Amino acid sequence: MDEPVTRDERDDLDRREFLQKCGVAAALAWVVNIARTEAEQRADYRAADHLYGMAIDPGKCIGCGRCMEACKAENDVPASSGTCRTWVERYVLTTDGQTIVQSLDESRATPPPVDEKKILRTFFVPKLCNQCANPPCVQVCPVGATFITPDGVVLVDKDYCIGCRYCIQACPYGARYLDPRTYTADKCTFCYHRITKGLVPACVEVCPAGARIFGELRGRNSPLARYLRFSKLQVLKPHLNTEPKVYYANLDGEVR
Amino acid sequence: MTGYIYPNEIELQWGLLIVLYPYITGLVAGAFILASLERVFNVREVQPTYRLALLTALAFLLVAPLPLLAHLGHPERSFEIFLTPNVRSAMAMFGFVYAWYLMVVLLLEIWFDYRHDLVQWSGREKGFMRLVHRVMTLGATDVSPRALKFDSSAGRIITIVGIPSAFLLHGYVGFIFGSVKANPWWSSVLIPVVFLFSAMVSGIAAVLLIYVVSSAIRRKPVDEACLGKLGSFLFYALTVDFSLEMLDFVHRLYTAEESIKILSALVTSRLFISLVLLQVLVGTVIPLVTLALASPAFERRPIVKLPAAVRRRIFVAAALLVEVGIFSTRWNVVIGGQLFSKSLRGLTVYKLQLYGLEGLWVAIGLLLLPLAILLVLIWLLPPWTGAASAAPEESTSASVATPC
Repeated sequence: MDEPVTRDERDDLDRREFLQKCGVAAALAWVVNIARTEAEQRADYRAADHLYGMAIDPGKCIGCGRCMEACKAENDVPASSGTCRTWVERYVLTTDGQTIVQSLDESRATPPPVDEKKILRTFFVPKLCNQCANPPCVQVCPVGATFITPDGVVLVDKDYCIGCRYCIQACPYGARYLDPRTYTADKCTFCYHRITKGLVPACVEVCPAGARIFGELRGRNSPLARYLRFSKLQVLKPHLNTEPKVYYANLDGEVR
Repeated sequence: MTGYIYPNEIELQWGLLIVLYPYITGLVAGAFILASLERVFNVREVQPTYRLALLTALAFLLVAPLPLLAHLGHPERSFEIFLTPNVRSAMAMFGFVYAWYLMVVLLLEIWFDYRHDLVQWSGREKGFMRLVHRVMTLGATDVSPRALKFDSSAGRIITIVGIPSAFLLHGYVGFIFGSVKANPWWSSVLIPVVFLFSAMVSGIAAVLLIYVVSSAIRRKPVDEACLGKLGSFLFYALTVDFSLEMLDFVHRLYTAEESIKILSALVTSRLFISLVLLQVLVGTVIPLVTLALASPAFERRPIVKLPAAVRRRIFVAAALLVEVGIFSTRWNVVIGGQLFSKSLRGLTVYKLQLYGLEGLWVAIGLLLLPLAILLVLIWLLPPWTGAASAAPEESTSASVATPC
């Protein structure tokens, strides 16, 4: 009785050992594969082959604010309300011609004291860095610490920024802030670490309403290109000739 | 906070230190332009303030970069502006404009002007001062008439180069603000010009004050003709400055662009004290009226004839009010330009700190520092000993030398 049991046990142990080894090998292969594909992707990624943009459909935004939360988490943005890479504005237009604008947090805390019957319409507008093709922030940086990448994203080199804040003054959209931890300028990067791996920015990923469409501006078969083809578009503050690459569909004239 | 401001606008990026920067460079440019009046335009009455004006300009110029450095998030990286400047950036040029003005204009002009005295002093003196003055001659001890004539013409050429340089220095500071198209309060082609004339106003007033105060400390009589001329120039500069500002104001009101509502709200609420009361009324209208009456600005004689002591006090009071006014002007540009949201829908507030690098005490220190430096400069390079001992000779040689 003993022997078969021993044999069985031995067999069983062998099988278990075998399976364990298989598991470890698979896990190792998986890790190696990920590392390899990332390295490969990095090596294969040619910034000049891409040009990124974003379209925003304010009509679809439900003001849930998940984009703001995702952005803060994904990019390690300080939690304070004065350091935002993206935010959502709430517009209330009244029948007597008033326009009341609030940030999402504000409108949740203290909704505007407007008689409901007097409300003409309300809507949300997500905002972020417009990734201008003609960016005033890049122009004014005295040391060239902020720059535009070949794939069209405006970035800040925090190891080079001297913290003069001229770029924050020059941005017409209020998209920049001074990181209180590093004393350098910071802003939305279109989640550059994600998009260069073929992913979409965190805010786009989590938007439950599909109000943000991200992708390649060149070519006809990207979701963004298709959206741009079939929508009436506007950019913010076009008179300043900053040539934003963030486009708004059917934007209300009140939005600045 | 009223209305809506973008979330990132909750904190003002440029505070009191950045107010000091245009204020101090304005004093530098203004004092230098005053000095050049004597040198290039042969206004002999202001000769007693010539060297004082140069030393004042130098003292303030040495302090000018300090508020900027103190404000930087990474002052230790500031040298990158020199090493890898972004040539498309207006701010990147600061280092070069500053270095040009300090090295090529101000230090050279002072050196050429003092060289003769330095040689004489180092011959007469003993000990430390002898060594210091000898080092300052940089070994150029030739005081032959030919060498002195060269000094004089070199000084004149440097002044001629210096006037556009002084214009460049402060016009450039104006351009840093005027070129920010995102900000309707700043974005104006007039700003560099307004900055220039307000610089002259503040520089002339500062030299007038320093001249009167230093004369009182030394128990020497004030040269009344000089004071009258300073008062007149202050009046002229103030008139042009005020006219330009009014032009800007009327233009904004008349064209009534998109930003007019929020800017009106800004001026009538947040900036009412600093702009309407301090800048316009106290700093411009009152000095303008008093100077028009008390200075010989229109004729050789003033409209209201006053005893010298009274007139002197009026000039000092007017100059003090002018300094308050110009400081308010800088405040209204720098702080005012950040008190409204670029959404043009709301106003924010500036909370001035007392302590810390960007606080009130540091700012006061930075304003007093140039005066301390000026004391040292006056001790090292007395601007009046030459004028006192060899005044007639000096002035005639200067006036003879300048036309050629």
